[in-house]
Amino acid sequence: MNRFAELLDAIAFEPSRNGKLRLTAAYFRATPDPDRGYALAAMTGALSFKYAKPALIRTLIGERTDPVLFALSYDYVGDLSETVALMWPALPGLRDHPPSLGEVVNILASSGKIQLPGVITNLLDRLDEKGRWALLKLITGGLRIGLSARLAKTAVAQIGGHHPNDIEEIWPGLTPPYEELFAWVDGSGEKPHITGAAPFRPVMLSHAIEDRDFESLSAKDFRAEWKWDGIRVQAVAGTQEDGLRSARLYSRTGEDISAAFPELAEVMRDPLFGQCAIDGELLILREGKVEPFGALQQRLNRKTVTAKLILDFPTRIRAYDLLALGGEDLRALSFLERRSRLERFIASLPPERFDLSPMLPFESWEQLAAARTSPVEFAAAENAPAIEGVMIKRADSVYVPGRPKGLWYKWKRDPFNIDAVLMYAQRGHGKRSSLYSDFTFGVWRSGAAGDELVPVGKAYFGFTDEELKRLDKYVRENTIDRFGPVRVVTANKAQGLVLEIAFEGLQPSPRHKSGVAMRFPRISRLRWDKPAGDADRIETLMALIGPRR
Amino acid sequence: MSALLTLTPEGLYCPAGDFHIDPMRPVARALITHGHSDHARAGHGAVLATEETLAIMAIRCGEAFTRSRQTAVLGQKIALGETIVSFHPAGHVLGSAQISIEGKHEGRLTRIVVSGDYKRQHDPTCLPLEPVRCDIFITEATFGLPVFRHPDTRHEIDRLLASCKLFPERAHLVGAYSLGKAQRMAAVLREAGYDRPVFLHGAMEKLMAFYASRGVDIGETRKISAADRSGLAGEIILCPPSAINDAWAGKFPDPVAAFASGWMRIRARARQQGVELPLVVSDHADWDDLTTTILETGCSEVWVTHGEAEALVHWAQTRQLRAKPLHMLGYGEEEDSAAAEDATA
Repeated sequence: MNRFAELLDAIAFEPSRNGKLRLTAAYFRATPDPDRGYALAAMTGALSFKYAKPALIRTLIGERTDPVLFALSYDYVGDLSETVALMWPALPGLRDHPPSLGEVVNILASSGKIQLPGVITNLLDRLDEKGRWALLKLITGGLRIGLSARLAKTAVAQIGGHHPNDIEEIWPGLTPPYEELFAWVDGSGEKPHITGAAPFRPVMLSHAIEDRDFESLSAKDFRAEWKWDGIRVQAVAGTQEDGLRSARLYSRTGEDISAAFPELAEVMRDPLFGQCAIDGELLILREGKVEPFGALQQRLNRKTVTAKLILDFPTRIRAYDLLALGGEDLRALSFLERRSRLERFIASLPPERFDLSPMLPFESWEQLAAARTSPVEFAAAENAPAIEGVMIKRADSVYVPGRPKGLWYKWKRDPFNIDAVLMYAQRGHGKRSSLYSDFTFGVWRSGAAGDELVPVGKAYFGFTDEELKRLDKYVRENTIDRFGPVRVVTANKAQGLVLEIAFEGLQPSPRHKSGVAMRFPRISRLRWDKPAGDADRIETLMALIGPRR
Repeated sequence: MSALLTLTPEGLYCPAGDFHIDPMRPVARALITHGHSDHARAGHGAVLATEETLAIMAIRCGEAFTRSRQTAVLGQKIALGETIVSFHPAGHVLGSAQISIEGKHEGRLTRIVVSGDYKRQHDPTCLPLEPVRCDIFITEATFGLPVFRHPDTRHEIDRLLASCKLFPERAHLVGAYSLGKAQRMAAVLREAGYDRPVFLHGAMEKLMAFYASRGVDIGETRKISAADRSGLAGEIILCPPSAINDAWAGKFPDPVAAFASGWMRIRARARQQGVELPLVVSDHADWDDLTTTILETGCSEVWVTHGEAEALVHWAQTRQLRAKPLHMLGYGEEEDSAAAEDATA
């Protein structure tokens, strides 16, 4: 456990991706099985401990420390695991035999709900600060230490001189502690077989296009389609050796999300689908109309789904690529060839679950720019709120996993902007912890006693580290009241800080005091110069609701 | 607030003696606990402080920092108006002192101690804190949360030396406040047997020389010129915290960004500042030392000037002490104001 903790600690302070990769690869080389396998599982999110939840950790620290002091400390540190690791009162004499990572995993996996509190307490007592932190990061799920699953797999690939995509392809068939995988990269074993009839294929991603890119790119080399505001999925179907149909829905990182969308998996088990891998956008459609992202959110991150939910939020995959069909790998074909196969194939599928992402004809970048700015005029008007911008793909691009340069681009729509006034601030979490970095802002409306501010949203990024320091200082110096962790700052017509807020859209929301909910708000500029009285009014915001033109 | 000590816009004020302590704006008479720029500001009519603090103020603000200076000898009682004041070591930086005020408070003879900033950990560059028995103790709370427990300083110095050994091809830039921390880092490096010269950013030079002139063993130090930088692989360079990620730092061979500060205990704080080697070395009391010191003063009341006041106030109340936060703004900004100062130095 100590070696693993050292690795996590080193990674946390290593700024460069290459540095992280080097540290991780060195750890995998030096650490024996099964510890390194469990570490890989932890980094890729493949470990989960059913009963070890943040609430349990809070209970344990509550038994050892004053709850008020814990609450204040947690508010300051902004990370539960770190707070507990730092505060845990050490009992002397228990640190002589720190457990190994393998031991920790086995102990946790074999402990029932009743034993668990005692087991975790004992582990915390046996570990030092760093070890406690690593343990808590491990059991509360999602290490979230600035190391992606992709990076961990890349480190493994490096050991044997393989490409990270080789690991991605066999990954769904592997289980912790991955002894077979490590044997292969060490050179002492065979490459593990791709198992299952519906394997995941690493996806191809796009770059955000920049203004200067247009100078060097010729419009005739590219094709365009709408960028839909859903989630990227890969729908894979196949037939197992025993003749049973297999169907999987993967997220773009290869996570199997089939269980959350049983209606899609069921359709795909139809022999009609043969062996296929479809790349597309998961959307909610009602009466042919694509719903905004908010609707899809009702279906995400659910372990079980009710029949009512399936009926109320009907899913559809809007397909834009075809990676494999009938046992043939299509990824080496050009986009145009894949597209024509896709069109023929989709035509044979049930249209209420699978349809085509239409191509957007254009002859010049200016034309495409017009479509992007005003989808209403180019697409069915009612779908415009679900359009995030346009995707631009080279007509001859082969399907390259990862984010290759020069092939696919995304061109998002410009955000909305309003000027709002800072009202409340709270300390942030993660990277922003211990500084006042979560900001609630409001706009003016007429109240009983003249104009008043009504909160319309919350933003916690969009500023530089320097600006954050200044904001933090501003909050501390202009606090007029405190409610628990929330600070109320001076905000009236004469005095207050104006924040220029960028956001992607607005929806009516009865749950919010202002009646609107913002999508993806962030601070685009700090207007130290602007008088608070000149910030926008709620009427300006209300006018933005509805289809965008 | 009592007649003996009140809070005014300038800071803590003693009406019975007609003086301020560590005021943030110019006043007629100021008593200064120590030389950090957030406590020791220029422009007062008269300043009473320890001899070292007066000298530090003269170095940082110029000889004309006040019209009239008076030296406080540690432990000596000085009559001011209807009060008796005395200065006692605070262990924070060279010359730092707690200020004790005795006088009538709500009709009773009372002793109030204003601690200024203080610490209890090992520091070869200044006198250790002496707890002073008192009725009301006025404390800082920079690290007033139980997550702050500073490790042994020697342990952190050993980590720095281990990193130098591991990366002999890289320069180690150690961010340290130019008053107190830098000298303490140099002195503890010497205690650990480090005998290479310690290299100094230009902003570190004057105060380092001042400490050496007062008999602090900081060994050989060298000011670095622009031309030297590329040749300092494997060496330790002390610089202001703001310099570790500056263009200035880029000229060193593959520099390791280290920072010696109590904040380094919180990962996010270290990462926010681009620190790769966080060294938890602080000139402020950690949670255990704050609470121990409060108990050792035997006080019945605690006022908390600045820092994480809420937690310390809560803790004091659970010990049946009266306690309140003063929410004083302007303290704890040494980092910012010193950086601005260093930039012009």
